[in-house]
Amino acid sequence: VAQGVACCDVVNRGAVFDNRKVFINTLDCYTCAVDAETGKELWKTQVGNIYIGETVTMSPLVVKGKVLVGNSGGEFGVRGWIVALDENTGQIVWRAYSAGPDSDVKIGPNFKPFYEQDKGKDLGVSTWPPDHWKIGGGTVWGWISYDPELNLIYHGTGNPGCWNPTLRPGDNKWSCGIFARDPDTGDAHWYYQWSPHDLYDHDGVNENIVLDLPIDGKPRKVIVTAGRNGYFYVLDRTTGQVLSATPFVRITASKGVDLKTGRLLYNDEKQPEMGKVVRDIAPVSAGAKDWQPACYSPRTKLVYLPHRTMAMDYEAVEANYVAGTPYVGVDEKMYADPVDPGDGSRGALTAWDPLQKKAVWRIKESFPVWSGTVVTAGDVVFYGTMEGWFKAVDARNGQLLWQFKAGSGIIGQPVTYRGPDGKQYVAVLSGVGGWAGAVVAGDLDTRDPTAAMGFVNATKDLPQHTTKGGMLYVFSLP
Amino acid sequence: MSSAFHRFRFAAVAAALFAWACFASVAAADDLPCCTGEETFIPYQPAPGDAPDAPNAQRRLLRICADPNNLPFTNDRLEGFENKIAAIVAHDLKADVLYVWRAQRRGFFRQSLKEGNCDMVMGVPAHFERALSTDPYYTSTYCFVTRKNDKLPLKSMDDPLLRDLKIGVQIVGDDGVNTPPAHALAARGIVDNLVGFTLYGDYALPNPPARVLDAVARGDIDVAVVWGPLAGYFAKREPVELSVMPRLRPPSTAQATPSCFPSGSACATAIRNSVTN
Repeated sequence: VAQGVACCDVVNRGAVFDNRKVFINTLDCYTCAVDAETGKELWKTQVGNIYIGETVTMSPLVVKGKVLVGNSGGEFGVRGWIVALDENTGQIVWRAYSAGPDSDVKIGPNFKPFYEQDKGKDLGVSTWPPDHWKIGGGTVWGWISYDPELNLIYHGTGNPGCWNPTLRPGDNKWSCGIFARDPDTGDAHWYYQWSPHDLYDHDGVNENIVLDLPIDGKPRKVIVTAGRNGYFYVLDRTTGQVLSATPFVRITASKGVDLKTGRLLYNDEKQPEMGKVVRDIAPVSAGAKDWQPACYSPRTKLVYLPHRTMAMDYEAVEANYVAGTPYVGVDEKMYADPVDPGDGSRGALTAWDPLQKKAVWRIKESFPVWSGTVVTAGDVVFYGTMEGWFKAVDARNGQLLWQFKAGSGIIGQPVTYRGPDGKQYVAVLSGVGGWAGAVVAGDLDTRDPTAAMGFVNATKDLPQHTTKGGMLYVFSLP
Repeated sequence: MSSAFHRFRFAAVAAALFAWACFASVAAADDLPCCTGEETFIPYQPAPGDAPDAPNAQRRLLRICADPNNLPFTNDRLEGFENKIAAIVAHDLKADVLYVWRAQRRGFFRQSLKEGNCDMVMGVPAHFERALSTDPYYTSTYCFVTRKNDKLPLKSMDDPLLRDLKIGVQIVGDDGVNTPPAHALAARGIVDNLVGFTLYGDYALPNPPARVLDAVARGDIDVAVVWGPLAGYFAKREPVELSVMPRLRPPSTAQATPSCFPSGSACATAIRNSVTN
């Protein structure tokens, strides 16, 4: 039954290691600590309730002896949170919600958001219809970053409550945004909302890369991130100010980000509307880039973005059912962006210059690039494709240096490390799945373009290119 | 009712699969609590007057995928009306029954009919796309559920009273789906006085979707807009007398959309061809 009540299929984004312990989250909302030497379970704490649709899929982050964990389940209308557990005992030290009264969100005297739209009392209540914040979403299923110098963690929040945005007028705080919090207390220091009143399922949980960059000649402590909504953001990580927000793909769903107000400017023509077909919405609901992490090279000063170049139609509604009850659904159909690039390719690895705010080079891929990336000091970028190619390219110009066909498509994250023998290794997990890979992993019927929430239309040829699998590949460098 | 089932055309199920896999499947948690794959076996029982079974007769096995906690449809104590219909079908087929239990949520059809774990699912909407179904065997409607003492004269979704009452409605998360009344109310701008209840509820409790009716009985809300089978079944079981008003007229605006809203949602039964094989 647990599997039956889990919201979003069987997912885990990885374990972490700290202080001779391995920490891992389970789908049914437990966080476990295991002795790395003996494998003995040290503690196991229930952090959420799978029976209300909560799951935990994210990879925890350990900061100053606290294990930070967030929930998933926005598809089931749960309320998002992040929790801190004592590394040694597993006891819950603090918990901060993404909706509700300020005390629940851990908004207090330290909270100093940069923009007016984020200032005010209990916005996590007042930017919703009454009580709707209780099912307000904003889950914390992505990555957490940490700046030890400022002693702040940075985490995104997922999509807001229920589908049909007209049911939740308002900005729906604190969904689809980013929090800076004190890891010791959970207190919020600032917040910025990527997508107020989200219309497209554009969760704000993508990784936030902590960098120090010279902006207009002055060194600034920044965060850079490429959002599902298609913008590459550079934020001041001390204040939450948006220094730049630049489209890294073609965007029709919005017209830009107002740097004075911080506000995303939606395109009225592309708003989903019940009973109406809206065509050519870009990015798709899975986003221009999803959770798969980018990387940054201090040598090339470029960010390497694994992403997709796709658009979608929101088609007519249909009757369907959950647990014996009819409901209304949207027919979504995704496809290769017909304009940019317009050649049928659905994804790319883009080397992005965060200062010049432009792509320096781009490798087009037939399928969406759904693997993470890693770049080495030898100026090599590694990434995988959904067909199963594991590729090494020159970080300076994108030239292909080497590739290997893995047994299944790659949506894992490559890592590189020095082994006990002193050699450098690169490892990647192959095994296609996820939203775009469901057509293979779930044996979906390719005749149904709306399957996997419209993704099958875009990846129906994937079964011809790869098969199911799950294998860890480790390569040594010569 | 039994005779109605003779009209069933046993049909092959095509495209029974539906996956909304959002994220990457990397590693499964393998210590899920309880119940995954739980089953219940019910041997064939001849009714009084039935011809006696031939000695060593080979029983066919009718495998049914159902939710163990979803009254009034099904539960693992076989109290749901779909359980009772299944018993009639099984009896007509002289079949033993094996219930394969799974919550009816995302992945249900993928992990039931599609994986070949069962032969039949007892209730799907008419024109269901993921499986071939029988002819519809009932029709229902969304209903207004109020406290009888309040004597609220609600007649339709366009009733001006709905602007001021506290309305409970079942809401799905952000999965590209929602219940028809949620959309119908939103299309009328009735939003600020809505109280959303998750359709799924807390699965650890009995009858998770019944909380919206509990709220009417308690007085937390004035009216709930609830799918007929749920409304009729649970309203009778609340401690105060509730009034269930079906026959909501279809929404007056084209914008309010769903073809199934509110009275056309007939359910049928999906049956795999393996039943006949």
